Amino acid sequence: MASVPMTASSAETALELWLAEQTDKSLLRFLTCGSVDDGKSTLIGRLLYDSQLILDDQLASLRKESRNRTTGDEGIDFSLLVDGLTAEREQGITIDVAYRFFSTDKRKFIVADTPGHEQYTRNMATGASNADLGIVLIDARKGVLTQTRRHSFILSLIGVKHVVLAVNKIDLVGHDADVFNAIEAEYREFARELGFETLVAIPLSALKGDNILTPSPQTPWYNGPQLVPYLESIEVATDRVEQPFRFPVQWVNRPNLDFRGFSGTLASGEVKVGDDILVAASRKPAKISRIVTMDGDQQHAIAGEAVTLVLDREVDISRGDVLVHPGQTPDYSNQFQARMVWMSDEQAIPGRSYLLKLGAQQVPASITALKFRTNVNTLEQSAATTLELNEVGTVTIATDKPIAFDSYGDNPLTGSFILIDRISNATLGAGVIEYGLQRAKNLSYQSFDVNRRVRAEMKGQTPQIVWFTGLSGSGKSTVANLIEKRLTSEGRHAYILDGDNVRHGLNKDLGFTDEARVENIRRVAEVARLMADAGLIVIVSFISPFRNERRLAREVAGDVKFTEVFVNTPLEVCEARDPKGLYAKARRGEINNFTGISSPYETPEKPDIVLHGALQDPVQMADDLYARVFEWDTGYSI
Amino acid sequence: MSSVGPRGLSHLKSLESESIEIFREVAASFERPVMMYSIGKDSSVLLHLARKAFFPSRIPFPVLHIDTRWKFREMIEFRDRMARQHDLDLIVHTNPDGLAAGINPFDHGSAVHTDIMKTQALRQALNAGQYDAAIGGARRDEEKSRAKERIFSHRNAQHAWDPKNQRPELWRIFNTRLAPGESMRVFPISNWTELDVWTYIYAEGIEIPDLYFARRRPVVERSGTLIMVDDDRFRFNPGETPREEMIRFRTLGCYPLSGGIRSDAADLPSIIMEMQASRTSEREGRLIDSDSVGSMEKKKQEGYF
Repeated sequence: MASVPMTASSAETALELWLAEQTDKSLLRFLTCGSVDDGKSTLIGRLLYDSQLILDDQLASLRKESRNRTTGDEGIDFSLLVDGLTAEREQGITIDVAYRFFSTDKRKFIVADTPGHEQYTRNMATGASNADLGIVLIDARKGVLTQTRRHSFILSLIGVKHVVLAVNKIDLVGHDADVFNAIEAEYREFARELGFETLVAIPLSALKGDNILTPSPQTPWYNGPQLVPYLESIEVATDRVEQPFRFPVQWVNRPNLDFRGFSGTLASGEVKVGDDILVAASRKPAKISRIVTMDGDQQHAIAGEAVTLVLDREVDISRGDVLVHPGQTPDYSNQFQARMVWMSDEQAIPGRSYLLKLGAQQVPASITALKFRTNVNTLEQSAATTLELNEVGTVTIATDKPIAFDSYGDNPLTGSFILIDRISNATLGAGVIEYGLQRAKNLSYQSFDVNRRVRAEMKGQTPQIVWFTGLSGSGKSTVANLIEKRLTSEGRHAYILDGDNVRHGLNKDLGFTDEARVENIRRVAEVARLMADAGLIVIVSFISPFRNERRLAREVAGDVKFTEVFVNTPLEVCEARDPKGLYAKARRGEINNFTGISSPYETPEKPDIVLHGALQDPVQMADDLYARVFEWDTGYSI
Repeated sequence: MSSVGPRGLSHLKSLESESIEIFREVAASFERPVMMYSIGKDSSVLLHLARKAFFPSRIPFPVLHIDTRWKFREMIEFRDRMARQHDLDLIVHTNPDGLAAGINPFDHGSAVHTDIMKTQALRQALNAGQYDAAIGGARRDEEKSRAKERIFSHRNAQHAWDPKNQRPELWRIFNTRLAPGESMRVFPISNWTELDVWTYIYAEGIEIPDLYFARRRPVVERSGTLIMVDDDRFRFNPGETPREEMIRFRTLGCYPLSGGIRSDAADLPSIIMEMQASRTSEREGRLIDSDSVGSMEKKKQEGYF
């Protein structure tokens, strides 16, 4: 810290001087990777101590606590400064990412500290996402370990470009140059493919202070920089101002009828009054007429600035739109390839519908293909059908409507996204976009002259999907049959898609794992939608036990009328009926993943219609359903 | 990402932009946000940032003050003046049960008073307003348990903080989704340090209550803590008489529970320089805060900030 001596009368002058110093200070956000054994807590404690952030009476009590512990010349166990961990564990608090602040005369620092072995990948990725630099700690006695490789891979995945290899505990190997050189050589060889822009190896002792602030007399063979001076001076900022202009609209600013502005933060580039701009999605052009802030209008704004843009004409723009310069447009597509870190206990399932958030854009999306999983320890790639917690995979993602994005390498803020669970709202995973899939851009839906309306008119009926869900034996198929018969007898065109029948043909390649069930439902939903497009009333009779899958079916249906019918028959009743003898088999363990027995049934929260199989017989249920869906629907509407 | 490059923003400017972005995200993502306003310096910075975020619009959500009825008189005057000056939609809530029961710091002690008049009052106000996002001025540098607090911190339907159910926050992407009844606490100045707050107040000319500046004030000293006699409800111990001392406050709250520090820093530059120069005065102030710091974790789980 700057210590300008204070006198009351000269406070203002002193402050001005000091402020000028502060203004010149830049901020470095960095991440420390390593476990407690490597001396990470000691290193962070040492940095806090050396930047004089530890107050006098704190020091006194630290010295007391440090008795009987390994200490440096200061008589302090620095790890005590950082480790609130035992206490936190006792309180049952998840230890993930902690942020610590310190500053020196030259720079301000925010350290993301990600302790713990469990959940390491997830926490490191979180910490790395806002870091400019990563310190990879190595215990000089142990050399490059599996975890060193893992840490480095995650840094590379998240795009951290600057790495310090801190070879710690150099005092414990007798300050041996050969040990250090061997470690550095091995690490450089491994890191060659990771795309780091700078890599510096420093032999140090966090405990003793070797090569932290000043050159250590113990390592006369080392000519490189010391840790703190290096952190103070390294130039890490990519010049975001030089990159293409990206302005994600966060909020439409409309205080009255005379003012309509678009508030947001420039993700990259710069913009001036008079610039021509485009809305990335609609390609509608406009000119910037004002750049508004509370401190007055500006003539121009640069990356990182939060401003409000006013355009010279009325253009339809809302939250999620991205304003860009013509000729420098981002990808605009509904498909891209990305690398993802999975962060949830619930595994990733291709085909399942998630919410994707990228900047201010939020759209339904699914993983269409899982290309491979990367082992974070060996960097080997292998085929995979799911991603589990802390796994890293390369995927293709399809969004329900096109979104604007860049590749992560070009622009981290417009090339990164998260996936959100649609029911629990948990953040499931984080991804970085590699590239947009070109073919998706050209993929537009064929629109024909003969459409659903025409076919609905021909048939004189409303094409629609009636989706039954309920346990095996609940009476779905019986009711579906009765309805189909009745509709057919009235001259209406209906068709039943039944779980068992579809599994004999279209879906015979699918088993009963969670992933297979998702794919099963997806295919059926798509077929139902095509049939409805053809003008039919489609009756789908599937157990469809998961809310997510039923939601997916509804989404696939799009603008087609969709009625979710829950046949609510208690498990005991279904099991007592057991028309196909399946429950008995499941109880004997002969069938795996049997809904209600060995696999859950998620009760619909808001079905359109509920039928009570224990209270009504199938004819009553069919009548009830008919009355509510078809009785008055004698014309056609789409 | 916010590091200063060849051409970039200053440290304070990038903190400011980050906070503005968070404010706008709240306005765009939630149906009924509210901003907590405690009248202190952090709240003053918060208010300033909110005005910047939405200019030329008014702040598009109400501002909530939990009034324990034991705040410094000057704080209340300041609050009402700010509300007028900035056209705020100010909501003031006092726990009616606590008021009826005559809860006060002298008879019931700091813990009971704080619980009933602050924690419970806050919960009442949040329930009554059915707010789905409450914006607060907490910072990560304040204490250890804050260091890992999220910027968007999820609360269940009982306003409780479930440490196991916090969402990872990557880049600037915030997951703002809520189930019915759940809510979010949002901390736009998470990444600011106390020094950042003071230098920003100075750089932007933000108005703060005069209590922060050293003045001659009537005080009594109790176990090393200087308590200001702010009104005639003050209960003197036998033999106690107030005396005038040059003091200022580092944090503002209920006057019988706020300790002042002896200081000559009568203006902003002096305060900042005093903070910089003295390693013990800062410590002294923290000791006085220690009551609230110790139980922060517990308060959070109970639904307080």
